[in-house]
Amino acid sequence: MTEATYLDGNAAAGAMSELFAMDVTAATARCDGCGWTGVFAEARLYVDAPGLVARCHGCDNVLLRVVTTPTDTYLDLRGLTYLRVPTS
Amino acid sequence: MERTAIRRRLTWQIATVADVRRETATARTLVLDVPDWPGHLAGQHLDVRLTAPDGYRASRSYSIASAWSGDTIELTVEQVPDGEVSPYLVDVLKVGDPLEIRGPVGGWFVWKPGMEGPVQLIGGGSGIVPLYAMLRAHAAVSSTTPVRLLYSVRRPASVIYVEGLKEIAASDDVDVRLVYTREAPAGEPRVGRIDADLIERHAFRPEDGATTYVCGPTPFVETVADLLVAAGHDSAKVRTERFGPTGGPR
Repeated sequence: MTEATYLDGNAAAGAMSELFAMDVTAATARCDGCGWTGVFAEARLYVDAPGLVARCHGCDNVLLRVVTTPTDTYLDLRGLTYLRVPTS
Repeated sequence: MERTAIRRRLTWQIATVADVRRETATARTLVLDVPDWPGHLAGQHLDVRLTAPDGYRASRSYSIASAWSGDTIELTVEQVPDGEVSPYLVDVLKVGDPLEIRGPVGGWFVWKPGMEGPVQLIGGGSGIVPLYAMLRAHAAVSSTTPVRLLYSVRRPASVIYVEGLKEIAASDDVDVRLVYTREAPAGEPRVGRIDADLIERHAFRPEDGATTYVCGPTPFVETVADLLVAAGHDSAKVRTERFGPTGGPR
């Protein structure tokens, strides 16, 4: 039996805080694959891959990847239709 | 979390270990002095990074155990067998040592005094840590918000914050219930995991409008969240934080 190996989007907060000036984990995200819409913190986060991979809570589509090399950080937002952040 | 017009981007900084406290055979609390710490909300976490002499780096995320009082912050670390980071934090690091950290982070799994409705806390193992910060934040402002804690542990010796929880449980507004999965103390007949019956009897009911915070290993969180939804709780009011099998959140 294999144990579930994912965490939730909360655990990406540190890595994302180096890239964004707002807290992405509390933002509302929409999956480009299935249309699931919810708080980014509820996405499934895989940390065993090189870097971080966030997958949709609904359809397992890749929402976002963050990979840090010795010189650069790659941010891949392929699976997100949008991130909604409160403005007030 | 509170947003300001322009929030600084976070980067790594050096904290100093001001004190250490043994909590259980495998868990230790680190009291950290962090220059210019901006304060944090109960439930937030921070990342710890260790660098080996050859430059190899490993980072992990740990929940903050303390409510912000303007002074030091506390982390409680449970040792993960064969872990890369936790054995150093639990057994090696000593008072006066530096520790590289980045935080506070996380704006979802947080509780602020003044948030509407009762608060249901459900923790498994070291998943108690952010919930304990919420209980301390609740006590610090003498909040009268009703709070209930269900804390699942293997055995009595596994309980983190034994004394602190006793003090907190003395409040009329806080109900603390321990759940033993392997071995219970004398006088406690129930041994077993949190199940539908226990939630029915001891958690707030769906109509109470509570916000529920569930923290623990991923299988624990999945099970409890499913039980809550099956019992009629609104999944939008159930917030979760998972610890990975390798000891995270990382």
